[in-house]
Amino acid sequence: MLTFMASDSEEEVCDERTSLMSAESPTPRSCQEGRPGPEDGESAAPWRGQDGEEDHEEDPDHYVCSGVPGRPPGLEEELTLKYGAKHVIMLFVPVTLCMIVVVATIKSVRFYTEKNGQLIYTPFTEDTPSVGQRLLNSVLNTLIMISVIVVMTIFLVLLYKYRCYKFIHGWLIMSSLMLLFLFSYIYLGEVLKTYNVAMDYPTLFLTVWNFGAVGMVCIHWKGPLVLQQAYLIMISALMALVFIKYLPEWSAWVILGAISVYDLVAVLCPKGPLRMLVETAQERNEPIFPALIYSSAMVWTVGMAKLDPSSQGALQLPYDPEMEEDSYDSFGEPSYPEVCEPPLPGYPGEELEEEEERGVKLGLGDFIFYSVLVGKAAATGSGDWNTTLACFVAILIGLCLTLLLLAVFKKALPALPISITFGLVFYFSTDNLVRPFMDTLAFHQLYI
Amino acid sequence: MTAAVFFGCAFIAFGPALALYIFTIATEPLRIIFLIIGAFFWLVSLLLSSLVWFLAGTITENKDGPVQKYLLMFGVLVSVFIQEVFRFGYYKILKKASEGLKNISADETALSMRLLAYVSGLGFGIMSGVFSFVNTLSDSLGPGTVGIHGDSPQFFLVSAFMTLVIIMLHLFWGIVFFDGCEKKKWYALLLVLLTHLLVSTLWRDLSIFPCRRERGAEKEGWIQEEEELINGVWP
Repeated sequence: MLTFMASDSEEEVCDERTSLMSAESPTPRSCQEGRPGPEDGESAAPWRGQDGEEDHEEDPDHYVCSGVPGRPPGLEEELTLKYGAKHVIMLFVPVTLCMIVVVATIKSVRFYTEKNGQLIYTPFTEDTPSVGQRLLNSVLNTLIMISVIVVMTIFLVLLYKYRCYKFIHGWLIMSSLMLLFLFSYIYLGEVLKTYNVAMDYPTLFLTVWNFGAVGMVCIHWKGPLVLQQAYLIMISALMALVFIKYLPEWSAWVILGAISVYDLVAVLCPKGPLRMLVETAQERNEPIFPALIYSSAMVWTVGMAKLDPSSQGALQLPYDPEMEEDSYDSFGEPSYPEVCEPPLPGYPGEELEEEEERGVKLGLGDFIFYSVLVGKAAATGSGDWNTTLACFVAILIGLCLTLLLLAVFKKALPALPISITFGLVFYFSTDNLVRPFMDTLAFHQLYI
Repeated sequence: MTAAVFFGCAFIAFGPALALYIFTIATEPLRIIFLIIGAFFWLVSLLLSSLVWFLAGTITENKDGPVQKYLLMFGVLVSVFIQEVFRFGYYKILKKASEGLKNISADETALSMRLLAYVSGLGFGIMSGVFSFVNTLSDSLGPGTVGIHGDSPQFFLVSAFMTLVIIMLHLFWGIVFFDGCEKKKWYALLLVLLTHLLVSTLWRDLSIFPCRRERGAEKEGWIQEEEELINGVWP
């Protein structure tokens, strides 16, 4: 669903926001049957559906599988903590990378800080004479944006409930196409303009085509995990840049706040759309649509060679063993039906011999909104790096806290509220209080 | 101000801290987390002290003149106190956390307090150094000439070295502070506080290289001077 407005056509808002999910690396058995046991002690899928304008793929996490059965609960806790820190870092790195890309672009490419029209979802302008009018306009913009997001999410939930998978797939593919081709073409064009580098059309076509085609394959089908993660980071950064460019100042801040509240409500309330989506997906034990969740999970099955021939046929999964390392997201929809049919009789015994590593999933919408916050801080902070850094640290701490809560509660949690709250608090306080203080100190060469 | 100045000053200021990070902290995820939490604590302490300074400024109605200098000195003192209070608070939290970790994971070697002291000191130091110096660094990439109006041409170099010093000092203060808390040697805490006060209040009064200009105004002035020199306008 593309809507066009003013001078530019970047309307595609492919933001999926999902809550954090701690995904245990699914064993093929678990991905095929239902969840073997109750979700206590397993990583429930903290998973928030995305509310994107265009595109949400909310896919319940079929990784909410049990870990190795038969482990004593104390060991389970210890392992949770042991892996917990590793997975916090595995989420810190992509979030940091995404923010670095966005901030580097904002600071160097003028295009993304120029005002050039607004999205159709924020029709009210902020060029008003009075402060009250401006505030009112930004609140109205926020209301419209949030209601669009709510409507989209509910639409997606309905589509999912009534099993209109083809529609969702088509939607998702179309939006990734747009992100990977159109937005990256525009981005490349602006970067080349900034550095005054000439590029001819054949080279440009080749570059963009390769970038986009490999991206589509990696995200929707199979590909190396690192490459898929890199592409997800890049499309989140592109989307965040679009938001930073087209959302007016005050609206952006109010939208960030409102979306955190919506996230909280949608994931935690019993009748929240995202929670319903998660539960439906869990009931059906279906995989989450790829391309909307960033996954840090990795699994390697040590015991593959030991499988008995009888189960060999069942293990003819559509990907070869070395691809096991890929995030299960890279299952892709096409392969999913094949994977789920054959049962794996040999598995329960072999599970114990396999190395398992739990993973955490974070929705792309979270990446996008974190980057929007930091990017806005970089764009509007009057050339001040302190504000950007403060927001960055605040978001990381919020993410850390959210992951801690995830480890404690073991259910789907919204990743936006804590981080965005910290980020907003630190943005406004650093910009208004810390900046003059630090500037004065630096001027007098005083170091505290 | 060339790229040479930028990279040189950046590596002078942050090189040792970066090396320490890469070789000792980046390998263990838990240490990275504690480092970032330490940085966050320093940030919150800075926020509170800026708030106090700002309120003091509004109370005295922002008059120009020597009042501003006293306000700044007051701000620095308050900031140092609040930083040490937050360091103590972080110590308390880390103590609880390390006990909790010890209870749960018995087979792992829990993080020792000394290591946590090192990590927290480094966290404080990195954040302090970055906040003090990164704006100056980014200005050094732009056009201009340092000291064209009679100020010291070594401004960037001195700032870089001072940043290095303050990062290292925070690291050492962290270690001494935590050690004092662990062994209940309260004079160690007092020592840390006093030396911190000494370092933070020292430079302005004994500053050999007075720097009189605002960063922004400096740049404009320099650019104008450059243009005048290039276009042949001589005083």
